[in-house]
Amino acid sequence: MSTPYAKLPAWADYGLIPLINLCVAFLVAGLVVLLVGENPLRAAGLMIEGAFGRGQYIGYTLYYATSFMFTGLAVAVAFHCGLFNIGGEGQAYIGGLGVAIACLTFDSIFPWWINFPLAILGAAAIGAFWAFIPAILQAKRGSHIVITTIMFNFIAASTMVYLLVDVLKPLGSMAPQTRTFLPDAHLPKLNWVIELFGGTVRSSPFNISFLLALLMAFLVWVLIWRTKLGYEIRTQGHSPKAARYAGISEAKIIIITMMISGALAGMMALNPIMGDQHRVQIDFVTGAGFVGIAVALMGRSHPAGIVPAAILFGALYQGGANLAFEMPNISRDMIVIIQGLVILFAGALEHMLRPQVQALFASFSPRSVGLPAAKTGGA
Amino acid sequence: MDFFNALILVLDSTIRLSVPLLLACLAGLYSERSGIFDIGLEGKMLAGAFAAGAVAYISGSAWGGLAAAILVAVFLALVHGFASITHRGNQIVSGVAINFIAAGSTIILGQAWFAQGGRTPSVDASGRFGPITLPFADSVRDVPVLGPIYSELISGHSLLAYLAFAAVPFTWWVLFRTRFGLRLRAVGENPAAVDTAGISVTWLRYRAVICTGILTGVAGTYLALAMNAGFVKDMSAGRGYIALAALIFAKWKPVPAMLACLLFGFLDAMAIRIGGTPLPFIGRVPVQVIQALPFVLTVILLAGFIGKAIPPRAGGQPYVKER
Repeated sequence: MSTPYAKLPAWADYGLIPLINLCVAFLVAGLVVLLVGENPLRAAGLMIEGAFGRGQYIGYTLYYATSFMFTGLAVAVAFHCGLFNIGGEGQAYIGGLGVAIACLTFDSIFPWWINFPLAILGAAAIGAFWAFIPAILQAKRGSHIVITTIMFNFIAASTMVYLLVDVLKPLGSMAPQTRTFLPDAHLPKLNWVIELFGGTVRSSPFNISFLLALLMAFLVWVLIWRTKLGYEIRTQGHSPKAARYAGISEAKIIIITMMISGALAGMMALNPIMGDQHRVQIDFVTGAGFVGIAVALMGRSHPAGIVPAAILFGALYQGGANLAFEMPNISRDMIVIIQGLVILFAGALEHMLRPQVQALFASFSPRSVGLPAAKTGGA
Repeated sequence: MDFFNALILVLDSTIRLSVPLLLACLAGLYSERSGIFDIGLEGKMLAGAFAAGAVAYISGSAWGGLAAAILVAVFLALVHGFASITHRGNQIVSGVAINFIAAGSTIILGQAWFAQGGRTPSVDASGRFGPITLPFADSVRDVPVLGPIYSELISGHSLLAYLAFAAVPFTWWVLFRTRFGLRLRAVGENPAAVDTAGISVTWLRYRAVICTGILTGVAGTYLALAMNAGFVKDMSAGRGYIALAALIFAKWKPVPAMLACLLFGFLDAMAIRIGGTPLPFIGRVPVQVIQALPFVLTVILLAGFIGKAIPPRAGGQPYVKER
């Protein structure tokens, strides 16, 4: 993929432009709030208050952020290979099956610190398997991965509903969910960390899978920028032709990348299931797989961008609850709009304001955009 | 005779359920044939349904609802066009964004304007596209076999349903018998050639995207004003994606698109009809299996096991004029 755009300094490329795009997205979201007849500034204030105002709120913010980190990393890894994994939702949903199998089998046998790795393996393995099928179809048969992963989202949803209604539901129970796990399959909370910094937390679902998410962010950075496999993934994503010349097996890279992506998405299931609800319920993913797309786009597919982007979206989710409480006219679905706008402006329209920014830079210092100093004026 | 009546009932609901799929599928056909992938069919349909429900309730006019739905859907289609044609953005990303914006804003605006939990108040008969009884439908009802087929199956659908099925030959004619259609198909296969011929790739693609908007608007109106009596949140319920699957299943051709939509509509009707009752020979089939079938079939097709689905060659790639 050659970029038909002139150069900008790195900090503008990776910092300024995403920030401007984000601002445009929030501006448009503000217009929607105006349309509803509320004050956008007050709405923003309420959201920030609801996300960070109390220790407990911060706990919830970070709890949501944990889920989005996993799915954001999943989307980002696939992006580096030039693949659009839109199936994070389905991979996370079906990953819940792996968590359920591990927890339901071992929760009466092992302590949590053995159950946790087992559940990680289960979630990652099943998530990876769910991404493996679209990957192999893309690699070997050329079926478009976007379409197959969308289809697999629906197939995952049907499969999980069937399993929860007909197979995993305990006898005599009406609700389509598994039995509640025993305490040895509950993850320890991290609320004490917030209390360490002076917050007070009555109860929040913030748990140690947050640390796992941070670890995964680090490992993704190592994988993409510090290993041979990562180099091959980036080569494949940047120029499949160059990858072919370099003797990189296209099929192998596509399949491995998608499986890593699916495994990361699958691990998202650990956070709500083992960390909060302690059982598998219908629709426990609640769109986190799709939020991952926005998070990855905003974070520019770099872990250092994804972690703050995930926290921002966590704050929006938690703050949105507060907003809905204070302004009954605005429900939590406001976040869905913001999410869509962020995807639109940070993703599809990411180059919209670039010419203007470039012209601005060129007028200050032509050298920064790669023009010889003698020539003045924008390109 | 019982079996015959049951069959008529299932086929009747097949037609009703396949109409929104068909409209959305034909909508996608225009866009994708011109080289613009559109996974935002779902969102445009939903936004159209909301506009139709809201305006039909306020104005009491079904046609007003239809006009509003088309307007809103075309606007979203133009946003998609602006991102993917003018700014050469990623078409998939733009489609995803539109789906989210539509899903969120229909609920927010619905709640703010009507305060009924994201739905619009129910629209009375004058504001809906009610069933139309074709001439003689009542008098031939007692004729064996053909009578019920005419009076139950063919007659008694909404005007929009007939419009949807009429749109199939019309689309075929436009795509394969007009100059616009030829150029539309060409721009989806080889935009550089079209550009060389002195025809604007941009304007052609924008027109294709507008066609998509119009048809998704009609699809949304059908959901809100023919199938239901008003807008209910998330009422498109994945139909945009099923339409996308049908489009691939039909290999981007109008008549197969109709057949694919009828097949998926039939599966939907069967899923509703069968529920949990056991089938002869097979035993009890979980409803979820039938619900997942359109998606499974599409994946199998995409894998190349039932013929090969080859998308328009320039699909998904923004056109960059050589400089």
